[in-house]
Amino acid sequence: MNKTDIPLISILADSPIALQQLIDKIPIGILIVDKSYRVVQMNRALEAITGISATSAKGLPCYHVLRSSLCVKDCPIRNRQGAFEPVSVETDLIDRSRELIPVNINAAPLKDLQENVALYLETVEDLRSIRDLDEKVSHAFSFANIVGRSAAMEKIYQILPILAQSDSSVLITGETGTGKDLVAEALHQASNRSKGPFIKINCGALPENLLESELFGHQKGAFTGATENKPGRFRLAHNGTLYLTEIGDLPLTLQVKLLTFLDDQVIYPLGSTSGFQANVRVVAGTHRNLEQMVNEGRFRKDLLFRLNVVRMHLPPLRNRDGDLQLLLDHFVHTLNSRFQKKIAGFSKRAMKILNQYSFPGNVRELQNIVEYAANICETKQIEPEHLPTYILDLDASDADMSSLSEPDSTDRMIPSGESLDTANQKNWSSMEKQMIMNALLDTGGRRNETAEKLGWGRSTLWRKMKKHGLN
Amino acid sequence: MADKILIPLYGNDVAPRFDLATEIFITRLEDGKESDKIIVLPQASAEKLCHMIVTEGIDTVICNGIEEEYYQYLIWKKVNVLDSIIGSWKSAISALRKNQLSSNDVIF
Repeated sequence: MNKTDIPLISILADSPIALQQLIDKIPIGILIVDKSYRVVQMNRALEAITGISATSAKGLPCYHVLRSSLCVKDCPIRNRQGAFEPVSVETDLIDRSRELIPVNINAAPLKDLQENVALYLETVEDLRSIRDLDEKVSHAFSFANIVGRSAAMEKIYQILPILAQSDSSVLITGETGTGKDLVAEALHQASNRSKGPFIKINCGALPENLLESELFGHQKGAFTGATENKPGRFRLAHNGTLYLTEIGDLPLTLQVKLLTFLDDQVIYPLGSTSGFQANVRVVAGTHRNLEQMVNEGRFRKDLLFRLNVVRMHLPPLRNRDGDLQLLLDHFVHTLNSRFQKKIAGFSKRAMKILNQYSFPGNVRELQNIVEYAANICETKQIEPEHLPTYILDLDASDADMSSLSEPDSTDRMIPSGESLDTANQKNWSSMEKQMIMNALLDTGGRRNETAEKLGWGRSTLWRKMKKHGLN
Repeated sequence: MADKILIPLYGNDVAPRFDLATEIFITRLEDGKESDKIIVLPQASAEKLCHMIVTEGIDTVICNGIEEEYYQYLIWKKVNVLDSIIGSWKSAISALRKNQLSSNDVIF
């Protein structure tokens, strides 16, 4: 190209600047096209995206250079012709290395001083990095921060978005460490209230009088030490979600006050005569058996009915077939980046031990075990010696189990009429075997009925019977 | 020289995208005689086009933008693929007949 052919910008600086130099400094692809849709100028960023050099592209029809879906289907320049409002379209193009690249194309006419269209300007933004980010955020087999692909978790994933869209109160039950807090937060994030606050309060963490003030707030001078107005968590959660964790530990007197709020959505701070209309969605969580507590007179029946509009029960880890490996991989991956380690995974011996362990503390316990092992492990694989000693000593873990597990939670995994004491197993494997034998005895050996009683399919029962040598 | 050639079309040009072509040109050279046909496809589809290329026994495909997946498939099916060809399909055919066409050529 002759020096006289180089397009220049003459007015902006003392001496002329080449247009090419200016557009090359812009980090998104730029294409300037004439009225016959041929390339006049393109920048380095577009060269990088398309793989075609600016010199070879000059004078070519723009659709041969961009090779985007938009060019063929609905070219914004050709189909609109003349002056048009700028158009922004998400589409894709194929580069010289035959890769399909997601891009965002903006097209706008450039007018001369007489308002006639002189050229067209197209900008091309590579969306690959944004798409990669999206993929990182949305992991496979997960919803929000909940990881799992078992049938039990699939059910949760299916129901969660539906519940999130409703505004009903939700009661989340499940053993300790099953992820009730995560589900509550996921419900909030997926709901229309996600722009509002998510306020969490542990009903078991504070004494009764403090909890009342914490939940409903107080007026200045309501009691000794109340030197200023306090809004309370309900008011803070206005237009958002209030998550009451350990609702089973809420004192009876406050249960009445909560019930009143759920009925008329008005809160009365301590010492105040005027109420505040709070637009709050209440989500409650507990690891306790609330029905049992109602029978014992420790939880109000009417509050249970009010909260129990939608109930979501989270399965314990031992009932989540196939999730153990997925969770182990997930935690190892997370901890690797946190602790700057390069742990590839667990050895076969370590996996055998983990597979036999019952995880009474569920996913939280699993996370702690992996974190302990990742801290101790200096090799590429986690070996049994890197695991906490209480897992290795199954007898000791039995003692821990019986003290950790809630009576209501163990009731869930043993068929009706059974309890943990009668089961007296060393680990989940033997407990499962005992469960199958008891169910078989109850049904007189009829496998269809046994499978139904255990809540399994016939083939699952057959597989588990084979595993335990019960054929 | 190839016997049976297929070119996805976009007006008078080689189509900028293999997967979005709705018109194709097939030419066959047999005993020194050329027989040509232009086929209008019911819809654009890279898969269906690949299927047609294989069933029609095409020897050479001249195209512009093609995804790696389809390119490799055709190569695996022993089809000679000349891609990133920018220009009119007539010039492309004549360049090929003269053995002067290779991938990435601009023949305007």
